Amino acid sequence: MRWTVRSTRLRSFGAATAAFVVGGTLLSGCVASERDESGDGSTFVFAGSAAPKTLDPFYASDGETFRISRQIFEGLVGTDPGTVDPAPLLAESWDQSPDGLSYTFQLKEGVSFHDDTPFDAEAVCANFDRWYQTPELQQTDDKAYYYGKLFRGFESGPTAGNGIYDSCTADDELTATVNLNSPFAGFIAALTLPAFSMQSPTALEEYQDDEADNVLTTEYGTAHPTGTGPFVFDAWNQGSGEVRLTRNDDYWGEVASIERVVVVEIDTPRGRADALRNGDIDGFDLVGPADVAPLGDDGFTVEDRPAFNILYLAFNQAQAPFDDPRVRQAIAHAIDKDAVISASMPDGTEPATQFVPELVDGYADDVATYDYDPDEARRLLEEAGVAGSTITFNYPTNISRPYMPQPEDTFNVIRSQLEEVGLSIEPAAQEWTDYLEQVQSTPDHGIHLLGWTGDYNDPDNFLGVFFGQAGLEWGFDEPGLFESIAAPRELTTPEEQRPLYEQVNRDVMEFLPGVPLASPVPSLAFAPEVEGYVASPVQDEVWNTITIED
Amino acid sequence: MLRFVARRLLLLVPVLFGLSVLLFAWVRALPGDPARALLGERASPAGIDRVNEIYGFDRPLLEQYGLYVSALLRGDFGTSIQTGRSVTGSFVDYFPATLELAGAALLFAVVLGVPLGYLAARHQGRLLDTVVVSGSLLGVVTPVFFLAILLKLVFADWLGWLPASLRQDPRIDATHVTNFYVLDGLLTGELDAAWDAVLHLVLPAIALGTIPLAIIVRITRAAVADVLNEDYVRTARAKGLSSRTVSVRHVLRNALLPVVTTIGLQAGLLLSGAVLTETVFAFNGVGSYLFTAITRRDYPVLQGFILFIALIYCLVNLLVDVAYGVIDPRMRAS
Amino acid sequence: MSIAESLEKADGLDDGGVNLWRGAWRRLRRSPTAWLGAVIVGAFLLVALAAPLLTSYEPASTQWAGQVGTSNVPGPSEDHVLGLDRFGSDLWTQLVYGARTSLLYGVISTLIGLVAGATLGAVAGGFATVGGRIGGVVDSALMRLVDIMLSVPSLLLAVSVAAVLGQSGTAIVIAIGVAQVPVFARLLRSSMLSQGQADYVLAANALGLRRSRIVMSHLLPNSVGPTIVQATLNLATAIIEVAALSYLGLGAPDPAIAEWGRMLVAAQDRFDEAPRLAVLPGVAIAVTALGFTLLGESLRESLDPRSRR
Repeated sequence: MRWTVRSTRLRSFGAATAAFVVGGTLLSGCVASERDESGDGSTFVFAGSAAPKTLDPFYASDGETFRISRQIFEGLVGTDPGTVDPAPLLAESWDQSPDGLSYTFQLKEGVSFHDDTPFDAEAVCANFDRWYQTPELQQTDDKAYYYGKLFRGFESGPTAGNGIYDSCTADDELTATVNLNSPFAGFIAALTLPAFSMQSPTALEEYQDDEADNVLTTEYGTAHPTGTGPFVFDAWNQGSGEVRLTRNDDYWGEVASIERVVVVEIDTPRGRADALRNGDIDGFDLVGPADVAPLGDDGFTVEDRPAFNILYLAFNQAQAPFDDPRVRQAIAHAIDKDAVISASMPDGTEPATQFVPELVDGYADDVATYDYDPDEARRLLEEAGVAGSTITFNYPTNISRPYMPQPEDTFNVIRSQLEEVGLSIEPAAQEWTDYLEQVQSTPDHGIHLLGWTGDYNDPDNFLGVFFGQAGLEWGFDEPGLFESIAAPRELTTPEEQRPLYEQVNRDVMEFLPGVPLASPVPSLAFAPEVEGYVASPVQDEVWNTITIED
Repeated sequence: MLRFVARRLLLLVPVLFGLSVLLFAWVRALPGDPARALLGERASPAGIDRVNEIYGFDRPLLEQYGLYVSALLRGDFGTSIQTGRSVTGSFVDYFPATLELAGAALLFAVVLGVPLGYLAARHQGRLLDTVVVSGSLLGVVTPVFFLAILLKLVFADWLGWLPASLRQDPRIDATHVTNFYVLDGLLTGELDAAWDAVLHLVLPAIALGTIPLAIIVRITRAAVADVLNEDYVRTARAKGLSSRTVSVRHVLRNALLPVVTTIGLQAGLLLSGAVLTETVFAFNGVGSYLFTAITRRDYPVLQGFILFIALIYCLVNLLVDVAYGVIDPRMRAS
Repeated sequence: MSIAESLEKADGLDDGGVNLWRGAWRRLRRSPTAWLGAVIVGAFLLVALAAPLLTSYEPASTQWAGQVGTSNVPGPSEDHVLGLDRFGSDLWTQLVYGARTSLLYGVISTLIGLVAGATLGAVAGGFATVGGRIGGVVDSALMRLVDIMLSVPSLLLAVSVAAVLGQSGTAIVIAIGVAQVPVFARLLRSSMLSQGQADYVLAANALGLRRSRIVMSHLLPNSVGPTIVQATLNLATAIIEVAALSYLGLGAPDPAIAEWGRMLVAAQDRFDEAPRLAVLPGVAIAVTALGFTLLGESLRESLDPRSRR
C-alpha cells in the first residue's frame, strides 16, 4: 500500500530525530524490528467523533454507537444502499394485514449469529419480547430511547398499557408475525434503526443483564455483542477509545474484503483531517466544511451523504416582536441563504424551503417561499414599527452537529445580513448544554439556531419533534397545527399519510415559526486507496463493500 | 523525616475535604444540567425529569452532598453520567496517557534544560548565554496550543516526520497491560509497538515540555551562577582541582536543589498544559476527558477527577520536599 | 538595643525602602533587557490606546462577511492591508484593537488577582506575625484555602470559574483574576513573614504599638516590592491565559471580537489556506507577553539585594 510504505519510510527518518530529541537511546535498538506493514492493506482504520456508549444497540441512540452496531448487527429491515427506502435484510419479505395491525415477516434462510445460534423466528420474537419487557430502570431516554419513542410504551413502568406492541408469534422456523395494538404506518421504516437489530438470544442470556444498575457497562455491552453482521467484535479499549472488529468469514452475504476494522475517537474535525493526511487513519466522518475542498485537492476521496437533516433559525413568539408575522417575514426576506451556505456549510449544500429535507415523505413542492429581498425586509420592519430595534440572537459554541457544522460562522453571517436591514443584534453565546437549556426550557431567548438529523424516513420524525406540541422553544400555542400533525399517525400506510403531511408543510411555511435555512451535506473523507464506501443519508453504511487497494 | 511526612499527609485531609465541598458546590453552580447534556436537542421535559430522578439530582442539595460524601468515604467516586463507567475506572484508563505525556515532557525539559542552563551560566554574558536565555524566554511566552499547532503543522503536515494524532498507530494491535503504551510494549516484548508509542509522544511532549524547559534553563542558570560565585568553589578552584571535578562535585550538586523544587512545581503547569496539548494532538488523556466532562456537565467525573488530580499534585509536592531533604542535609534536621 | 533605637531603625528601613527603589531604578536604566521590555510594552500600550487612529474601520465589524467562504478568505487588498479574517472583519483592525482587549483583560484580571490575593495574603501574614495564638489559627485557615486553590492547576481553576459565569468577557477576566489569587496571597504572606522576623517588628510589638499600625505602616510597605514585580510578570501570564481560555471556547459571545486568542482559535481551521490569520495574532500574543516578562524579570533582578554585589 503506497500510503503506508511512504509513512514508514518517513517514520524511520522521524525515528532518528525523535531519538535525538527524547535524548535517550532508550529504544533505538528496536528500530531494526520495524514492522513489515505490507499486510496492513486489509486493516481499515476509521475515526469517529466520540467513543460508542455501549455495544448493545438497543440501549443507544447516538450515531457513534450505531456506526459500530451496523457492522456487527443487522435488523429485519435495512435500507436500499444510498437511500432512505426500507429494503429486505434479515427478513426477505413482509406482509401487512388489511387492518394494518399485524406484520408477517419471511426470514432469510441459513443465517446464524456469530456464536452459531441459528437466526430464526424464535430469535426474532425473543428480541421483540426483550424490548417490550425492558425493566423500568432502563426505560429512560438515555437508554431505551427509540423503543419508548416509537413503540410508545413498555410492559411495565409508567408507560405500561400505552404501548402499541402486542405480541410476536413464531409461525414456523422462518416466519414470524408481529401484532400491534394500534396502527403505526412508520413501523417498517422504524425497524431500519440499529436499535432494533437482531441480537443473539443465547449471548444475551449468557452475558447481558437487562436488570443491571448500569446496563451500559454489562459484560454483553462491553465485550460480547453478538449479531449476524459481516464483522465480529474483537476488543474495545476504553482508555484509547479504540474498537476492533474482525471479518466474519461465515457471513451469509457478501464477505468483507478487509480483514480488520479499527474505529478510533478523534473529537475535532481538524484533528481527524490531520490524522488522515498523516496516514494515521484511512477515513473519517464529519469533515469540517473548510477541509472538504483542500482534502479533495490533495487526492483524498470525499464522499457526500445525501442530506437528511435540517438547520433552521427559530423565532421565539413568546417574545415581542416575533409574535408579529410581519417581523418574521421581514427576517426571512433579510436572509440570503446562499451566502449563509457559502460562509458556513460544505459545498453542494442546498437551501431549504421547509422544515423537512427533500428526501422525506410528505415534502411539498409548493410551499410559500420568502426570497432574499432586503428592501422588502426593511419595508416590513418599518410597517411593523420595529425598524432599528435590537434583538437577541442565541447560538451555541464549541459544537459541531451534522446539520450545523459551524454555528459561529452561521451566526456571524446571518447577523451581518440582519444588520444590513437595520436591526441590531445582541449576541448570546453558550456552551451546547447550557444553550439547549436556554432555548428549549426557558422563555428567555430571541432568535436561535437549531436543527435535527432524521433517524429514518418518517415526516413525524421532523414535524412532530418540532411542532407536535406547545413548547418554550417556539413560544406559540396553535392547537389546530398540533392536531393536523397528530392526525396522520392514525393512518396505516405511508402512502395514505403523504398528502396530509404535505399540507402540514404548506401550513407551517405560511405560519412561519422559523426560517428553514439549509440541509448541510455531511461528508466523509478517505485515503485514495479506499474504495467502495457507500454513503447513506441515514448512515446505514456497512463496511463489507470496502476495498483497500494494495 | 517520617514525622514530617506523616504530618504533611495529615494536612492533606482538610485540604481534600475542603476541596470536595468546593467541587460539589461548583458543579452544581454550573449552568445547564447533565440530563440535557445526555439527552441532546430533542429531550422531552419528562425524559429529563426521569434522568434527574434516577441520578438523584432532584433531591435536596444537602442530601445529595451527604450521599456523595458517604460514598467517597467508602472509596466510591460514582459513575459517569455520560458513559456509565465508574469514575475510578475511567481515571485508571486515562491517567496513564497523561502521566506518560507529562513524564516525556519533563524528561525533555530536564535532559535539555539542565545542560543548557549550565552552559549558559558558564558563559555568562557571552553570546551563548544570550541565545539560551532569550530562547528560553520565548518558550515561556508562546501559548502552549499555538506552539502545538505549529509543531504539528511543521513536523507532521509539512515534513511528515512524526505522527501527530493518537497515542499509537491503530494498525498495530498492541497488547495493553498498564495503559502506559511504551511500558506495555517493553513488558510484552512488542518493541515495535513501544517504539511507535515513543514516536507518538515526541511532538506532544515537546509542546508540553517547552515551558518547563524554559523555566528549568533559567533556574539552572541562576543556581549555577550563584554557586560559581560561592567561596567554596573559588577555594576549590584555587586549590587547583580540575574544573571538571569542581563542576560535578560542587557546582552541579549544589545547584540541583532549586532545580528539583522547580520540577515539583511544574506538575500543576504540566497538567494545565495537558488539557490543551491533548486536545491538539487527539491524545486521549485526563486533560481532554476532563474538558469534555465540563462541557457535558458530567458531575461525578468532574468531582472525582479533580480530587484525584489535586491529591496527586499534593503528593508530588510532598515527594519534592522529601527529595529536598535527601539532597540538602540541612533540611533533614528541621 | 534600646526600643527607641529599634524604632529608629525601623524608620530607617523605610528610608532604606526608598533607597532600594532608587537603586533599582538606577540598575534598571542600565539593563538592555529592561529597555527591550520597556520598548515592547510601550509600543503595545501605544497601539492599544491609539487604536482608532491606526485604522479607519470599526473593530468586530463583519460587514464583509459575504466575501468569506468556507474555504476562501480574501487576502491583502487595497482596502484591507492584511486582508479579511474568517468572519469577514478587517484583519489589521482586529489586530490593533486586539491589543486594546488584551491590555484591558490583562490589567483588570491582574488587578483582581492582586487585590484579592494581596488582601488575603496581608490578612494572613498580618495575623501570623502579630496576631498571637488566634492569629496563627486564622493564618493557617486562610492558608489552607490558598492550598486548596493551589491544588487545582491554574488553568483548570480559571476554566472552572469561567464555566460557572457563562460566556462573556467579564467571565474570562474574573476567572483569570481568581486563578492568580493564590499566587499573590502566598507571595505577600511569605514576604511579610520574613519581614516579621525583623528586629523592628519585634520591637514595635514589644512596645505595644497598635498591631494594625505595625502591619499597615511597616510590614506592608516593605513587602510590596516583590508583589509588584509579580504583577508585571502576571500580566504576561494573563495575556496568554486569555488566549488559552478562548482556545477552549470560553470568552465573549461575539465570535468576531477583536481578541487575539479568539482570532488564533478561529484561524485554526484555515491554517492551510491563510496561515497569516493564525500566525499574526499568535506572534502578537507572544511578543506582548515577552515584553511584560522582560520588564518584570529586570525589575525583579534590580530589586534583588543580591544583585547589588
